[in-house]
Amino acid sequence: MNEQKTNDIILQTVTKLVSFIILLFSFYLFLSGHNAPGGGFVGGLITSSSIVLLLLAYDLKTVRSILPVNFIYVAGVGLLLAVLTGVGSFVFGAPFLTHTFGYFQLPILGKTELATATIFDLGVYLVVVGITMTIIQTIGEEE
Amino acid sequence: MQLLHFAILSPFLFAFIIPFLAKYAKRVHTGWFVLILPVLLFIYFLPMIRMTQSGETLRSVFEWIPSLGINFTVYIDGLGLLFALLITGIGSLVTLYSIFYLSKEKEQLGPFYVYLLMFMGAMLGVVLVDNVMVLYMFWELTSLSSFLLIGYWYKREKSRYGAAKSLLITVSGGLCMLGGFILLYLITDSFSIREMIHQVQLIAGHDLFIPAMILILLGAFTKSAQFPFYIWLPDAMEAPTPVSAYLHSATMVKAGIYVIARFSPIFAFSAQWFWIVSLVGLFTMVWGSFHAVKQTDLKSILAFSTVSQLGMVISMLGVSAAALHYGHQEYYTVAAMAAIFHLINHATFKGSLFMAVGIIDHETGTRDIRKLGGLMAIMPITFTISLIGTFSMAGLPPFNGFLSKEMFFTSMLRVTHFDLFNVQTWGALFPVLAWVGSVFTFIYSMKLLFKTFRGSYKPEQLEKQAHEAPIGMLVSPVILVAFAVSLFFFPNILSYSLIEPAMNSIYPTLLDSHEKFHVHISQWHGLNTEVLMTAGIIVIGTIGYLTMNKWKGIYKLFPSKLTLNRLYDKLVTLMEKGSYRVTKQYMTGFLRDYLLYIFAGFIILMGGAFVIKGGFSFTTEGMAKIGVYEIILTLVMISATAATVFARSRLTAIISLGVVGYTLALFFVIFRAPDLALTQLVIETISVALFLLCFYHLPKLRLKKKTRTFRMTNFIISLGVGIIVTLLGIASSSQRTKDSIASFFTKHSHDLGGGDNVVNVILVDFRGFDTMFEITVLTIAALGIYSMIKTKVKEEGKSGE
Repeated sequence: MNEQKTNDIILQTVTKLVSFIILLFSFYLFLSGHNAPGGGFVGGLITSSSIVLLLLAYDLKTVRSILPVNFIYVAGVGLLLAVLTGVGSFVFGAPFLTHTFGYFQLPILGKTELATATIFDLGVYLVVVGITMTIIQTIGEEE
Repeated sequence: MQLLHFAILSPFLFAFIIPFLAKYAKRVHTGWFVLILPVLLFIYFLPMIRMTQSGETLRSVFEWIPSLGINFTVYIDGLGLLFALLITGIGSLVTLYSIFYLSKEKEQLGPFYVYLLMFMGAMLGVVLVDNVMVLYMFWELTSLSSFLLIGYWYKREKSRYGAAKSLLITVSGGLCMLGGFILLYLITDSFSIREMIHQVQLIAGHDLFIPAMILILLGAFTKSAQFPFYIWLPDAMEAPTPVSAYLHSATMVKAGIYVIARFSPIFAFSAQWFWIVSLVGLFTMVWGSFHAVKQTDLKSILAFSTVSQLGMVISMLGVSAAALHYGHQEYYTVAAMAAIFHLINHATFKGSLFMAVGIIDHETGTRDIRKLGGLMAIMPITFTISLIGTFSMAGLPPFNGFLSKEMFFTSMLRVTHFDLFNVQTWGALFPVLAWVGSVFTFIYSMKLLFKTFRGSYKPEQLEKQAHEAPIGMLVSPVILVAFAVSLFFFPNILSYSLIEPAMNSIYPTLLDSHEKFHVHISQWHGLNTEVLMTAGIIVIGTIGYLTMNKWKGIYKLFPSKLTLNRLYDKLVTLMEKGSYRVTKQYMTGFLRDYLLYIFAGFIILMGGAFVIKGGFSFTTEGMAKIGVYEIILTLVMISATAATVFARSRLTAIISLGVVGYTLALFFVIFRAPDLALTQLVIETISVALFLLCFYHLPKLRLKKKTRTFRMTNFIISLGVGIIVTLLGIASSSQRTKDSIASFFTKHSHDLGGGDNVVNVILVDFRGFDTMFEITVLTIAALGIYSMIKTKVKEEGKSGE
């Protein structure tokens, strides 16, 4: 940007607060996705929207120093996770992508349902975050 | 696989060694190595005469594609053996001739002999194979190798033109023939010619009889250069002379004759066969001989002469069909006998004439008859060869052409006695046409001989100092003319050894078990009509030749714009330019046009299906109630869509498209799809942002805020697509035949998938596979955008430097 940077103090302050709320909301959507509206796709989109908010308030360099992640790798890891979840079912002699779930007594959370589908959903989540950020960063960097 | 199969395939196998011989044994002319093979094959086939003579045949099967009934079946009978002997015999002589004709230093010998061997093998395959599919394979191989040989001097424009022309014509005929073979297969359920002959009764009554016959005849006529397909043959004279002698006089052009003879037992009893074959042949004979007279190039004369002589043989084969109706009396079978006899005679004298012309060309540097003259004293041996060849061709005694011409007249005269096929009305036409054709044959034969060898020697017009050819070049034509003479004096050495078995295979049903055709050929029958006709030919022909300059003008009566060659050229350019024009017409390069075709195709196909199949139906049954929200949202969506379509600026269009997207999200809300609504909201936001980005980066130059122009076609097409899709939606929801499987998912989402969000459980559990590939799609898209932008930046950097 050639123009002189204007003082965005209000935007930046609000962003500091809001982006965490958005992030939290996205985690909620992701984790509750199995039983309530939400899931990896929307969760991922909203996570990246919180990062986009950071991008808008600050700039590419700052965000990159906050999140020193190459998002293409994130997408790759997500894809790998999704495929490995499917391959994992082979270990138990089940067809590809067979999911299972169970209820466990966890220390703080109490009785919790844990499903292998969540790992798959995590893959979806990571892919969505990865690709959204890759697209936005690439287009943003172009100038 | 037996020795017989190897005999047919041996030229192909031998061809593999030729390039090495041509490359590493440079001191010996490659032709010497090649010569061994046809000679060996000839010696191999010769003793089989004894077998066919006693009426036996040889059949040997090698399974090639047994599941389709396509087997490499070799079948040797009189007809096949006759051709095999011609091919190998003349093949040997031509190879010998070519050794002296083609220079070891100047010419590419390797390719030449590879093509020649390929042709020889293919030709042997055509005549000795019983399976029509394999026959067709070899048939196309002869076309291909002929193409390669005609274009041997590929740096010449005319060679390439002639090669392409011959390939186009013979291959289109070959494809027709393939169609005929397939039709025969459909009728008889067999690819074997033997088998087809056994089922001749079945074929005769079948609806596909006429199409099959015409298609096979098309193949035979194109290959044997019959009217109007003969036009490739004169242009094929651009080939080296040994090739012309071998392919275009003695063997390949006779493949069509072979097919006609071979399929005679299947088709010959029909009147259509009789009329088509005999009239096309006769007309070709007259036409070819008439046009041969005006040629000035020696090889052109011979080419038209070949056309004419082949027509003569074919007309005799056609006429001989009557024998099937009258029983096997000699009175009617004489035509078939004459055809076979002339086939052999033609191979001898035409082969020798081509070789003689090759010698003249080789030793004087020209084939133009206007530049030649007075060579009689300079090239006495060549003159003798030519004399025998031309006199035999003209049908004069004491050469073999005389005998076959007499028999030709006999068979044509007997046509007038037919009371078959409605011949009575036009029967007189046959001998008249035959006689006229023979007169012209006489004239061009005399022209060929005397214009070349008599008159004054014109050394100033010749490229080389004319002299007699080396002895090696003379051996082959001398052998051939020796045959031409000796066949006149001892024609009956062929009668029961070759002609009778060949007739036996043309009309196998005519004979009882121990009978034989009476094929005694005699030189003198007394003073009958045929002899008088020949005398007339000599008298009229001589007058015609001497006064040729006076009546030459009639050739100018034929408008040069209406020749068949011109028609062919026009047709080829028309097809090239026409297809180019048609392609250019619809392949406009504009995406909008292609989209128009696709959508129009969609409308026609779907609309047509609705109309033809009566697929449209409409019921109100099972419809949900329409609430206020739905109406309001629909109105919003319609107006937003209208705004998008009629927007004057792009920004308005983008924003109203966003409105459409958000309204859709609202629809998802009221139709109780929270996951969809969430995703739709976010995705719509992102895509609107991307649209804005695109809008922002539009190039400044073109940024004239143009409203879209109205096009009637676009309007109609889009309206049509809209209507069709709406109808499709209504029709498909009105005809639910099965219950949805959705109840399974809602019932088992919790106990099988462990989740209460059915949508999510379906996405990650029940149908997780789809999701996996959707995220793959997303990743590919991201990588695509990334690499597109990054590589573009790099290129810009390069050009900037």
